[in-house]
This record gives sequence, C-alpha cells and structure tokens, in this order.
Amino acid sequence: MSAADVVERLRAAGRDGVELVAEKGSESRVRSSREALRETIQALLDDGFTLFIDLFAVDYPARDERFEVVYQFSRLTRPERVFVHVAAPADDLHVPSVTDLVAGANWPEREAYDLFGVVFDGHPNLTRLLLPDEWEGHPLRKDYPTRGTTPLAPIVTE
Amino acid sequence: MVINMGPQHPATHGVLRLVLELDGEIVRSMSPQIGYLHTGFEKSGEALRFQQACTLTDRMDYLSPHANNLAYVLAVEKLMGVEPPPRAQVLRVLFAELGRIASHLVWLGTHAMDIGAMGLFFYCFREREKILDMVEASAGVRLNPSYFRIGGVMRDLPPGLEQSMREFADELPEWIRSYRALLDRNPIWRERLVGIGPIDRATCEQYGVTGPILRATGVARDVRKISPYLGYETYEFDVPTFENGDSYDRYRVRLAEMEQSRRIVYQALDRLEPGPIAVDDWKVAPPPKEALAHDMEALIHHFKLYTQGFNVPAGEAYAAVEGPRGEIGFYVVSDGGAKPFRFRPRTPSYYNLQALPTMTVGSLVADVIASIGSIDIVLGDVDR
Repeated sequence: MSAADVVERLRAAGRDGVELVAEKGSESRVRSSREALRETIQALLDDGFTLFIDLFAVDYPARDERFEVVYQFSRLTRPERVFVHVAAPADDLHVPSVTDLVAGANWPEREAYDLFGVVFDGHPNLTRLLLPDEWEGHPLRKDYPTRGTTPLAPIVTE
Repeated sequence: MVINMGPQHPATHGVLRLVLELDGEIVRSMSPQIGYLHTGFEKSGEALRFQQACTLTDRMDYLSPHANNLAYVLAVEKLMGVEPPPRAQVLRVLFAELGRIASHLVWLGTHAMDIGAMGLFFYCFREREKILDMVEASAGVRLNPSYFRIGGVMRDLPPGLEQSMREFADELPEWIRSYRALLDRNPIWRERLVGIGPIDRATCEQYGVTGPILRATGVARDVRKISPYLGYETYEFDVPTFENGDSYDRYRVRLAEMEQSRRIVYQALDRLEPGPIAVDDWKVAPPPKEALAHDMEALIHHFKLYTQGFNVPAGEAYAAVEGPRGEIGFYVVSDGGAKPFRFRPRTPSYYNLQALPTMTVGSLVADVIASIGSIDIVLGDVDR
C-alpha cells in the first residue's frame, strides 16, 4: 500500500483529522491532528514504513497553530518516504509522545522540547537534551535572538 | 557504582559523556549525555543566506564534509529546480567517494587504536593525508571545504589532480590488504569484536540506525541504490552486507565499502568530460573570476550574489545521501527569501548513538569502548 492508501483506510474506518496533502514521486506528505497522530503513525509503521528517519519541530509565528512537528519514516529497502505534519498552538503546546511506538523518538522529542518548548505528553523523560538543564528559553523559536541572551563578558580595560 | 565516561575521554571520539552504572566490570545501564558540542547550527542556518549556510554543513560531521555539503545542496537545488551540469555531477561523485574512503580510514585508525592496535592509526592517517591533499588542491581547505555549492561545485580540478586520484586508487588495495593482514584474523582483534555490541534489524528500524551498522545486520539499504542521486544508478558497485550485526561485521562492511568506493572513483574518473562545473545561471552560481575585470554583467551578478544572495522559492524539501555513517539528510524550508526558514540536518550519528545502550547493556566496560568505535560516531553530527 502507499501512504495515500493508509490514510484512506484510516478515514474509511472513521478516523478524522488525517489527510494526504501531497504525493510526489516516492514522497508523501500527511497532515494529522494531534488526536489522530498516534494511530496514523502506528498505521504507517504497520504498512511497512518501518524505518524511523527524523522528528523535528518548526516555528511558524504567522500561523494560528504556530508550531509544527514533522515526522519522517521510510520503507526499509524501498524509496518511499512519508512525512507526517502535526500542528499545535503556542498556548497549548502539547503533542502526544510516540516513544512507545518508535523507540528512536526519545531523543528528538527531548530536543524539540529543549529547543522549541514542545511538550510531548507521555514521554518518559522530557528533559533538555542538548542545552544545560538550567538553560532558560527555547532558542530555535523565531523570537529568540540568534546570538543568544547570555550577556558577553565585560571588557576590562586596565 | 555509577561512573562517568567522558566528556573528556580518548575513546569516546569527541565530547561525549556516558553515565555508566557498573556492577564490577559489567554495564548495568548506560545513559549518553550529549550536547557538549552543540553550537546551534540549526539556528545559525536561519541567519545565513543559502550559499553561506553551506559552510555550516562542513562542520557538522567534520570527518565527511562532502557528504554533508551534498545533502544540503541537493535539498536546496530540489527547492529551486536547479540541476548542475554533468561534469559537476561527476566531480561530486568523485569527492563523495574519496570522502567516504577518508572517513573510513579515520574510523579504522581510531577504532584500532582504542582496541590497542596503535600502529594502525598512523598507517590510516598516512593514507588519509593523500586524500586531504586532494581536497586541499580542489577547494583550498583540508577539512571544511564547502566544495559543493548550490548549482555545482566551487571550481574545477587543478592540473594533475586527476592523475593523483588515479594513483591513489591504484595504491589503495595494497594498503587495505596490509590492514587486513594485521587485523582480519588477528586473535586479539577477533576476541575484542566478534559478538560485541550486537544489534538487530528491528532495533535499527526503531532507532533510525542506518549506514554500515544497518548493513552489518543484513539489510541492503544504501540510499545510493534505493533513491539514487548524482547518477549513481549508472555506476557499478555493490552494497556489502553481513549477517551478525556485531562490531566485527561492521568492521568488515566498512572495509568492503572502501573497495567499492574505489571502484566508483575509477568509473567517475573515466567519465570525466570537459565542461562547466556549475549551472550557467549567474543568479545562482557565480561568474568566473576572470570575467569580472571586463564584463559589467558578471560584475553586477557577482556583487548581488555575494551581498544579497538569491531567493529560493517557498516550499520544503528533503534530500538524503548515503554518508559514511548512514543517511545524511537535510530538510530545508524556504519562505521565498534568501535565508533558510528552517535548516534541519538529519545527522546519522545522532540516531546511531541513541541505540548504543541497546548494544552495550550487559557487556563489559571494555566492550563499550569497542562498541563506540564500531558505530563510528562524530560528535559534531550528534550535537550540531
């Protein structure tokens, strides 16, 4: 089956909130609601998109649902890839964790929490991954300055 | 007892901190703590123009800069609908494969050194020096070349470089034979690697482990074969796989890959025809430097390219290549401007390292050293 077929089957079974938004060559793009996310991912895994490739967040400040989390899976020895996009607003920045479905999602979810502030509900250990634990703020957000917020050391002239 | 291995430790191959819970010599749990080399590439990428961001890519997996460059420029070219000319494609293949050999030489030298075969470090780095000289001759820089640019490559090969590449490829089998003579059936080598750090296919799938680690479990996944780029479908090469998924099989995979890369290097050298090395669009690739002295158009385009850059059509694209450590990919989002809106590297060592605890829990501390070496991670790749 293709990713498009997987989406069709989910919708036919009554699952709302999943839709195929693009299909080009061997790449498919699926948009999912947060409620449908886990079921969508499980269905794709069951269909043979078993190789976990990536998981990351994007900040679109101009959108109502400002943050987007993108998941990528591939077939193991075939070229087909599927991207799953999930959106969440800044004032309810929660996305269901998929670490129990995909063991490799553990670190990338922590990273998205660390750098964007996305809270993955159900993650076993949602702590910062790359930045020190005591860091404040989420640097990859668009409103975080590129050069950071830590003040430079004072220039001493004597 | 809970101890720290790292972040400063010669065998972690970078600033990696492993918190080990030990029962004597046996590892009961392992928790990698990363981020010591995090320098914010993804944030910097958003502040640089598309051509400038190429320089960031060299510095992630700094032992295979060409592979990183390649994934990035392919992603941007996909968004722009730009196709580099044939000579540029062949040059990219040449350096991608020479880069693979160089990376595997570093892996072998450092891995052998960790296990105790210290002399091999010097042999492998001696061979690698020749490749670094070639990279320097082509791009001016040994380690962070940014040789691949959007639209083609930076500049053409200087005279004599093709011959050097051919000579290197001629000499390589003798060197590989000498490494194998020292290691393949060496009882100490086998004792330290056979059955050590095992991983199976299902765990690889779950964690996104790709590259030689996956191929050592028997899966013939190589992006060059499955989703070919740069015309790899027209080159003859094999994808070596082995069955046991342990450190010894990972060793065998990488040595076999060096031989396959050598095959591709010969084929690429044979099909190198004279021609342009970048797309003929001065809004994307710069005009030749000599033209600036007498051609106003060239001067204007050069000026605009290096001060304003070019706009990339809005959209998002992912491009993947088979790097020495696994699948390197770039997910680039453009908002139609001159800078990436989102610059997301998919770096193989990050995923490969996450699976390390599954390979080492229950083993001895010494096996942790062997396993880390055998998964061939680069911390720049892990932390970005």
